Amino acid sequence: MSSAVEQPPIQINLAWCKGCGICYTLCPTKVLGADELGKVTLTQPKKCTKCKICENHCPDFAISVSGGKKS
Amino acid sequence: MFAEIEQYFRTNRLPHIWCPGCSNGIIVKSIVEAIQKAGLDQDKTVIVSGIGCSSRATGYLNFDTLHTTHGRAIAFATGVKVANPELNVFVITGDGDCTSIGGNHFIHAARRNIDLNVILFNNNIYGMTGGQYSPMSPTGAKGTTAPYGNIERPFDICNLAIGAGATYVARGNSFHTHQLTDIIHAGIANKGFSFVEALAACPIYYGRKNKQGSAADMLKWQKDHCLSKEAADRLPLEKKEGKILTGVLHNVSAPEYTEQYDKIISRFKEANSNA
Repeated sequence: MSSAVEQPPIQINLAWCKGCGICYTLCPTKVLGADELGKVTLTQPKKCTKCKICENHCPDFAISVSGGKKS
Repeated sequence: MFAEIEQYFRTNRLPHIWCPGCSNGIIVKSIVEAIQKAGLDQDKTVIVSGIGCSSRATGYLNFDTLHTTHGRAIAFATGVKVANPELNVFVITGDGDCTSIGGNHFIHAARRNIDLNVILFNNNIYGMTGGQYSPMSPTGAKGTTAPYGNIERPFDICNLAIGAGATYVARGNSFHTHQLTDIIHAGIANKGFSFVEALAACPIYYGRKNKQGSAADMLKWQKDHCLSKEAADRLPLEKKEGKILTGVLHNVSAPEYTEQYDKIISRFKEANSNA
């Protein structure tokens, strides 16, 4: 039996996130949301299409999307 | 994945000091990706910057970097390149740094066609010093020194670069990140003065004063108002009105400065050995 626990598709580095809101405003499937400080949270990870719009437009290098199309 | 480009950053210096939503980080990532794509040797790549928000980038990049005086980044970079033409030299500069106080260095480096890659972060304002209008603030735009709107006309810096003799001129923006990476990458391949204007969004000093909305709104504005040159060539005139052309605007070949300089040196060496 494989012990492959499904990795969340999006890794967030909260220490670098400044809560600018670019990622969750641009996310086409609303995978991302904001916490009470305006920082990014993963709300619906299963809806992620790995389009990488959040990763490409995060000015703080705080989001990485694993898998998907190579940029 | 940030892990793929992490080696090019001084991660102990992160997070950076740029404001929330500032596009400078997006453009820096594109520069680094272009360097990786071109396979440049990290130890033979030098990044030079002047003064301003964008010029803080050298502090975060894990190359040999020079953070120089206001407007003089291209002058320092010229010195680095002439001293060791083997090096890949990049200049990161802002609209105030490059077009105002550094305007003279800029046009003469373009005229000489010295092999530098200049990337100008155009956020239309002097962000670091508190929002004064710059030579690239649009007419009518507000700044702390233009509370009733800017009455001056801005530079079209790409046309200025072409007029001054740059051999590669391109424009990109911080929304179309793949295009930006590609045009910087093509600029690296050009042997000569390569200039890339990257439209940046300053949501704090420019955006607030000019009611541009949030950082995401400013990126969407870039998406709606930029048109790639290839697409524009196929469109009727009325659809191009008010759009900013992006992509490679000019690409020609001309003798490169350090090569010409080397030819003089070898000519004298030959003459001396024959004597």
